[in-house]
Order: sequence, then structure tokens, then C-alpha cells
Amino acid sequence: MIPIDNFLVLSAILFSLGMYGVLARRNAVLILMSVELMLQAVVINFVAFAVYLDPETFTGIIFGIFVIVIAAAEVGLALAIILRLFRNRQISNVDEADLLKW
Amino acid sequence: MFLLADNVWLDALLRMTIVAVLVPVGVILLTWVERKVIGRLQQRLGPMHVGPFGLLQGIADTIKLMTKEDVRPDSADRPTFELAVFVIVVPVFMAAVAIPFTADIFVRNMALGLFYFLAVSSLGIVGFVMAGWGSDNKYALLGGVRAGAQLISYEIPLILSAVAVAMLGQSLSLYTLVELQDNTPFIAYQPLAFVIFIIAGLAELYRQPFDIPVAESEVVGGPTVEYSGIRWSMFQMAEFVSLVLISALASLLFLGGWVWPFGADNATWLQVVLMVVKTSAFILFFMWMRVSVPRLRIDQLMALCWQILLPFAFLQIIINGLVLVYDWPSWTLTILSGAAAIAMGAIIYRVARRSGVLYQTSGAAEQVGLVL
Amino acid sequence: MTYEEALFYVIAAITVAGALGVVTARNVIHSALFLILALLGVAAVYVLLASEFLAIVQVLVYGGAVTILILFAMMLTRVRDIEGPLDGPQRPFAALAATVFLGTTVLAVTQTEWRGETDEATVVTIEQIGEALFSTWAMPFEIASLLLMVALIGAIVLARGEEGE
Repeated sequence: MIPIDNFLVLSAILFSLGMYGVLARRNAVLILMSVELMLQAVVINFVAFAVYLDPETFTGIIFGIFVIVIAAAEVGLALAIILRLFRNRQISNVDEADLLKW
Repeated sequence: MFLLADNVWLDALLRMTIVAVLVPVGVILLTWVERKVIGRLQQRLGPMHVGPFGLLQGIADTIKLMTKEDVRPDSADRPTFELAVFVIVVPVFMAAVAIPFTADIFVRNMALGLFYFLAVSSLGIVGFVMAGWGSDNKYALLGGVRAGAQLISYEIPLILSAVAVAMLGQSLSLYTLVELQDNTPFIAYQPLAFVIFIIAGLAELYRQPFDIPVAESEVVGGPTVEYSGIRWSMFQMAEFVSLVLISALASLLFLGGWVWPFGADNATWLQVVLMVVKTSAFILFFMWMRVSVPRLRIDQLMALCWQILLPFAFLQIIINGLVLVYDWPSWTLTILSGAAAIAMGAIIYRVARRSGVLYQTSGAAEQVGLVL
Repeated sequence: MTYEEALFYVIAAITVAGALGVVTARNVIHSALFLILALLGVAAVYVLLASEFLAIVQVLVYGGAVTILILFAMMLTRVRDIEGPLDGPQRPFAALAATVFLGTTVLAVTQTEWRGETDEATVVTIEQIGEALFSTWAMPFEIASLLLMVALIGAIVLARGEEGE
């Protein structure tokens, strides 16, 4: 079978790619997509630990289900906020949303 | 389940190859059937010239489409435009893997077969949005966005009504759900879920009366307008295969598949005949709906889904939950579900009447004294 | 190398390629399409982890809904007209941070001795998941449904616009 290290390394690669995306991209929707990547990596981690190390009380799988649910809710709400921001100020780069900066 | 080969992987590959070869042949036959049926329902003959009774019309159409020039708009986003077709066609074939046609003829008997089918068929929606966006055409974009909105809206009542049936059968495996319908099909227990499944399935196939995203007179064909030749025929093939799959799923979930009414241990040929008859009944019903019912406007369509179908789907799940938890006898399920189905029909009728969608009658009903 | 390991490397390569495409593509719609690829690759990884229920939930939630949301949001914020680079000025620092994080995590993960069986993946059936979800985890389940309703109402109110618009 597949050793657990493979899944953990894959999860680390996805998380670091997502982190790069969040820090480097300027468009709000692109940053949201990178956050989704990070959440995916986290869920792979949880599920791998639950299936390999803790099969009796598979807490990781339940946690993975909840993370998927909450990530979907978050995407919907974040996109609504981005839409509202675009309608009011005609911007889609997060650098330009700086009214609260002092 | 008998293996076609010794190795499990080779067996799966062989079965999938059989499905991938038989399905386009079936689609060609089905296009001929549709044109004949629609022609007869519109009091004309349909294709008659090519071959006896126009049987070779499907093959002629396929040859014509394959030899057409592949036109592509210049400013179309090339990967999006070309990949959209694959994103629509591949999930349909993936979903065909989960449907058992008889007790022995299937590709894979999955424990989560129903769930897998519904999840995979929702992947094709992205293809429509891609096709609409990649065509760089305002009407295509409008049609693509409307198609995406319609398909994701109607997916919810479809999934909820299938979940109601799964609650009744306590399993997500299509094989088990069919085997449980030994004496009575599930339509007798769940008429509301059946009606919701049929309406939502019709909307998922974007056929009339729900075909406003792809209608010729509305958005010039919608997201498929810039495609020509073999690419366009892929859209049609995906639509027909989805038609067959939804009809097969409806006959498995609600009419008892190959089991009812003769029991679970009948011969294979009888199982095949039963499944073919039930699936064909649904296919003919959908074709009949296409020529009989006027097209719904996009806001009427959305209102029907979110304001009528969705609450009643939830109601069906609540009824199922109550009956299962409190251990009421099965006929209470029939009564409650049937009453809810009649209520939903009455509400749809009143809404349609108030918005003026119903046709003018010929006056005969008023003469008799009926108020319609 | 067994079947499963070879399959894992193929699926991992596809997923990482999709993730790379998300963070480096020049066209925003292409980024969204690469994201779909990465999400479906992660669903295949769940199947390799013997949790097929989670894989189908991933396909349904992400492939069917979230990607369409993202595509609609892109179309409604008119990303086709955006000129200029999509990356901000802190790109080299982002690359540095991501590389350092990756190195640290991979080192930590491969050098640790995990307790328990690290070579056998046990299958968790959907009946077990269902029972756990409704008995031990019933409270988070209800709170998650409440959260979904709040997100739904919030998104509708935010995206609808003011009165008379």
C-alpha cells in the first residue's frame, strides 16, 4: 500500500503553492482560489491521518466533511463581498481597496 | 457478477469499452426515434427518404457532421473553447458507469452508485459555462450563464428527491434499491418524489419546457452557437445520453427496474425487456413533453425551482423521516406523499393560470359549465 | 512499485500541475480551469485514501458548485478587460516564503515516527460515518447547517443590491 508520507508531502506541496498564490496574486478572486487550495491540502492531511493512524474514531474524516462544508459557505460569501466591492468601486485588485488605510 | 476477463482492471476496461461503443450507436438510433416521434405528434411524417422509413437518417446526419469544416471564431479563447466539449461529454460517460441495466449487465456495482451518478453529472455544467464564455459571443455568454444557473438550480430538487428514495431504501446502491422493490415499486410510496424527479430531470436535460438556454428563437442556440461539425454533434450526443441515463435512473428508482412486477429471480431476457420497456416509456414521455408544453421564461423557470419544487422536496424528506422514525406503516407514506403531490400540482396550476401560461380552450368546456 | 503507488504518483502529478496552473496562469479563466483540475485531482486522492464518500462529496460540492460560483464571479467582475500583470510586487518574497515553508514541512513530516500503522489504509464505511455524524458529532453538524443558512442569507443580501436597483 501507499505509505502515509506520500500523502503528507503532497499536502505540503499544495499548501505551499496555495500560500504562494495568496501572497503573490492581486486579483481578489485569484486569492480566493489559492485559499481553496490551502484548504484542500489541509483536508488531505486530516483524512490521511484519520485513515492511517486512527481508524476507530475517524475524527479526521468528519473534520474533513466539516471543512468542505465551511469552505463552500466561505467561498459563496466571499464572492458576494467581491461582487459588492466591484459594483461600488469598480475595482478587483485588493491593492486598490485601501479606504481604511491611514 | 461474472468477470469478462481474469484481471479486475482488464474486466473494467472491457466493460467500459463496450459502453463507449454501444452508446454512440444508440444515440444515432435515438435521433431517428426522436424525429419520427416528434413528427407523428405534430401530424407529419418525419424523415422518410433516407433508407426504409428514414432509418438511415441518423447515419447520414453523422456523416454530414463529421465532414463539416471545423469553424472557430478568431477571438475565441482557444483552450476554453475546445475543452468545453470534453468537459460536457466525459462526465456523461462517467455517470453511465454507475447504472446497472439488469442484475448481470452493468459496468460496476458501486455501494455509493446513486450518489456517484448525481455528483458526476453535475460536472458537466462547467462545460456549458466554458462554452458560453469561450465563444466570445454575447448570445453565447447569455445562454451559457443561463444554462449554468438553470442546471445548478434544478440539481437540488433532483438530488433531494433521489435522497428521499435512498432514505426509504436505506441504501445508496442502485442495485439494492432495485432489489427492494420486489412487491411494490417506490412510485407507490413516493409519488411526490417521482413528480419532482421527473420535472427536475427534464430541466437537467434542458429540454422543453426548460430549454431557454439553448433555444434557437431565444438566444440563437445559446452556448453551442459557435460550434460546428463534430463538436456540435458532441453536444447533441451528451444530451441524448443524459436522456437515456435519466430515464434509466427514473425507471430504476421509481418503477422497480428489472425486478417489478415479476420478482427478482427471473430470466435475463425478461429483465432486459422490462428495463427497455420502462426506460423507453420515460424517453417517449420526455419527447412528448418536448412538443406539447410551451417554453418557460427564465424567471418562471427559476421561480418554479426555488419556490415550488425545493420546498416540496424538503417536505418529502420530512415525511420520509417521520414515517421512518416513528415506524408508521407504509400506507401512511403513500397518503402523505400523494396529498403533497396533489397540493403541489394545484399550486403549479394556480400559478400558471394567474400568469396566463395556459392555452385558451376551444370554448367547449365553458359551454358544459366547467370552469377551467 | 505497486499499482497503487504508481497511480498515486500520476494523480499527485496532475494535482500539483493544476495547483501550479492556478498560481501562475496569465489568464484568470485559465486559473479557474486549473483549479477545477486540482480539485478533481484531490478527489482522486481521497479515493486512494479509501474514503470514497468524501471523494464524491468533494466532486459534488467543489466540482459542481464552487467552480461555477467562481466562474460566474469572474464573469460578473469583467476580468476579461483587466490589463497588466496579475501578480503583485511581492512575488519573490512570496516564492521565498513558500519554499521555506515547503522545506520545513517536508522535513518535519518525513523525519517523524508516526504512532500506529503507517502502511495500511483502513476503509471507513458510509454507515460508520453516518452514525458518527449523527451521534457523536451531532452538535457540530447542526451548527454547520446553521452556518450554511447564515452564509446563504448573507450572500443573497450582499449580492442583491439596494432597493430600487
